[in-house]
Amino acid sequence: MSAAPRLVLGLLIALGAFAPSGGAWAVQPDEVLKDPAMEMRARDISAGLRCLVCQNQSIDDSDAPLAKDLRVIVRERLQAGDSNDQVQSYIVGRYGEYVLLRPVFALHTLLLWLTPLAAIGLGLFGLWRLSQRRADAAPQGLTAAEQAEIAALTRRE
Amino acid sequence: MLIEVGHFALALALALSLVQAVMPVWAARSGDQALRAVATPAALGTFACILFSFGALTYAHATSDFSVQNVVENSHTMKPFLYKLSGVWGNHEGSMLLWVLILALFGALVAVARNSVPPTLRANTLAVQGLITFVFVLFIITTSNPFARVSPAPVEGNDLNPLLQDFGLAIHPPLLYVGYVGFSITFAFAIAALIDGRIDAVWARAVRPWTLTAWSFLTLGIAMGSYWAYYELGWGGWWFWDPVENASLMPWLAGTALLHSTVVMEKRDALKVWTVLLAILTFSLSLLGTFIVRSGVLTSVHSFATDPTRGIFILAILILFIGGSLTLFAWRAPMLRQGGLFAPISREGALVMNNLFLAAACATVFVGTLYPLLLESLTAEKISVGPPFFNYTFIPLAIPLLLIVPFGQTLAWKRGDVHAATQRLFAALAVALVVGLAVLAYTWGGPMMAPVGIGLGAYLVIGSALEIVSRARGYGASRTRSAGVVWRRALGLPRSAWGTAFAHAGVGIVVLGIAAQGWATEGLKTLKPGESLASGPYVATLDRVGPRMGENYSETTAFLTIRNTAGDMIGTVETGKRFYPSRKMTVTESGLLTIGVSQVYASLGEVMPEGGSIGLRLYYKPLVLLIWLGAVVMALGGAVSLTDRRMRVGAPARARAKALPAGMAAAE
Repeated sequence: MSAAPRLVLGLLIALGAFAPSGGAWAVQPDEVLKDPAMEMRARDISAGLRCLVCQNQSIDDSDAPLAKDLRVIVRERLQAGDSNDQVQSYIVGRYGEYVLLRPVFALHTLLLWLTPLAAIGLGLFGLWRLSQRRADAAPQGLTAAEQAEIAALTRRE
Repeated sequence: MLIEVGHFALALALALSLVQAVMPVWAARSGDQALRAVATPAALGTFACILFSFGALTYAHATSDFSVQNVVENSHTMKPFLYKLSGVWGNHEGSMLLWVLILALFGALVAVARNSVPPTLRANTLAVQGLITFVFVLFIITTSNPFARVSPAPVEGNDLNPLLQDFGLAIHPPLLYVGYVGFSITFAFAIAALIDGRIDAVWARAVRPWTLTAWSFLTLGIAMGSYWAYYELGWGGWWFWDPVENASLMPWLAGTALLHSTVVMEKRDALKVWTVLLAILTFSLSLLGTFIVRSGVLTSVHSFATDPTRGIFILAILILFIGGSLTLFAWRAPMLRQGGLFAPISREGALVMNNLFLAAACATVFVGTLYPLLLESLTAEKISVGPPFFNYTFIPLAIPLLLIVPFGQTLAWKRGDVHAATQRLFAALAVALVVGLAVLAYTWGGPMMAPVGIGLGAYLVIGSALEIVSRARGYGASRTRSAGVVWRRALGLPRSAWGTAFAHAGVGIVVLGIAAQGWATEGLKTLKPGESLASGPYVATLDRVGPRMGENYSETTAFLTIRNTAGDMIGTVETGKRFYPSRKMTVTESGLLTIGVSQVYASLGEVMPEGGSIGLRLYYKPLVLLIWLGAVVMALGGAVSLTDRRMRVGAPARARAKALPAGMAAAE
């Protein structure tokens, strides 16, 4: 099935449709840790780690052999007493930053993380500028000549 | 022979669409009215030709004509008939043909639509639509010809990917494409207005039905795709923040903003420049969605080169339409006159906030989707932007947006009163708070965000209902307490008011469904026949494992009985692994049991050869169907809004003319 997901993805990309890569089965019963709390932590960590041979799948969702290896490593590290962060940095140390589905906040990702704030800020700034311009351009009431004209017209009624 | 005629019809469509594109512009320069009128028959002719061409390809697929390359690559004699038909657009060439078919259909509809579109605007719109059609037909003919023959013809085809042999393929792409392509009309209107240098409430009214149609279909298309992925993937997720999904979400976000900004323009003659920009951006994102995804550039920077002609053509199309329209915008937009002053706290103000948050959300998805690509091509550094990023950034933008929805509806145009609006929404706020707190208390110790989401969803649904009720009760002297009067008045409210209420309630329903997934449970176990696995309030017992034959696959099926914790039988579920010999592929078929709007979801894992034991994954998904039902309610809101009287402004005028005696009509 390792070649199949690629084929599937190719086809789905050709389609512009969503990408269900079927048969994905992820965590196998034999991988599950005895301690439910630790298993929960393992699942949490796994959901944030990318399956390196799949497209946009976490190792928690992928059935690729490499994803299984990573899931086992995560569980081994946890059993060895690592904290969640330690497990994550262990994996990043071996596979690089690419493995993190949630990119780190650093100089090279600054633009990425600041996009929502920048978009809102830019929008608000634009609105403020617009309201300033509107206030300048807003009709300043009637001029004296117009007042006189209206007065003349209403008198004639 | 039919295939060649189909191919020829496509070439004819190419010529006709060029006529459609050029004649109105020429007419505008020479002032020749007859020339301008050519656009209408040209648009109808283009549609007829492409329809014939599409029919020819469909016929080839239906009859498994293996002398056609496209059929060989995607069909098989054993394939069920429905999938032979849906297989027409289950590949690049065929889906492109469907794309231009819908494009030409919309062009033809604009040509014959009997609403009060000024003739110049209509002609210019048809010209822009003609140009888009021309470019895409040219793309198909030169790089993606679905009518290529093979000689000698093979006896059997390669079959369609088993994952696509699903009802989802039959309806998801057409819905999605009607949405994507529908926005080409608003784009064409925007370009026509820019060329004309004039834009007003008439423009907004002319555009609104098209925006509504496109938006409703896109909503359905995305929801359908989500549900398809949900049951096909086998692990119960319903949104993956996959680049392909994001590509469809971006035009939806921009289109939703457009839908709201045209309201402001129609009623108050404000936000003109912004609305035109949104119309351009929405279709640009649709194009980007269809073609950046199709070119494969999102998967990897390098895959862009796999088919250089196609890739370069796509790039040229994007530059032509996106770059060209934005240049035109930058040049002409300053000439559009601004109008309609309003205070920050007003209906307009709320709609501006809606646009601000939607635009920011859209920008976030856009940057998140393309950032890894950009970073890699600039610095060779590889990063991933996955679901955790989008959840962290998108949800904080969505919550304030959802909070202002009922407020916006309650505020008056021009100058609103927050205090009065809060008073009118008091019931919704109170009920939402009580519901949220009650759920929190009941599920104490569970996820904290789920009760918040339930409260938010309840607030949206009740807020929408309240808007109808308070409008029906009336204000001031005409205020009534009589239920009968309220009912009659409610029915007499404009359809657009009902449409809005439905759409907003639909959003609330989606939020309820999403929030409830916080309580979804998962069970995972290796089972022998007779053994059980529990998940949430349900228990699945494996009855037996056995083989089963389908039309073009063989399946190993696990038969399960679902009981509640008290031991009462609720129903049975079958989940299996299907093997398709034609492609030598195995696909998991998940089993679903719907209980109300909740589902029990079973997915078969490994089948052990010895002892008939299987790996089973069992999910309990509370209220999960609300996610998609809510989207259907939203689209329904769009449809109801489409039937509003003001969408048919031409109709009452004609009816009046008919009612008059002939002599009087003539005298007028």
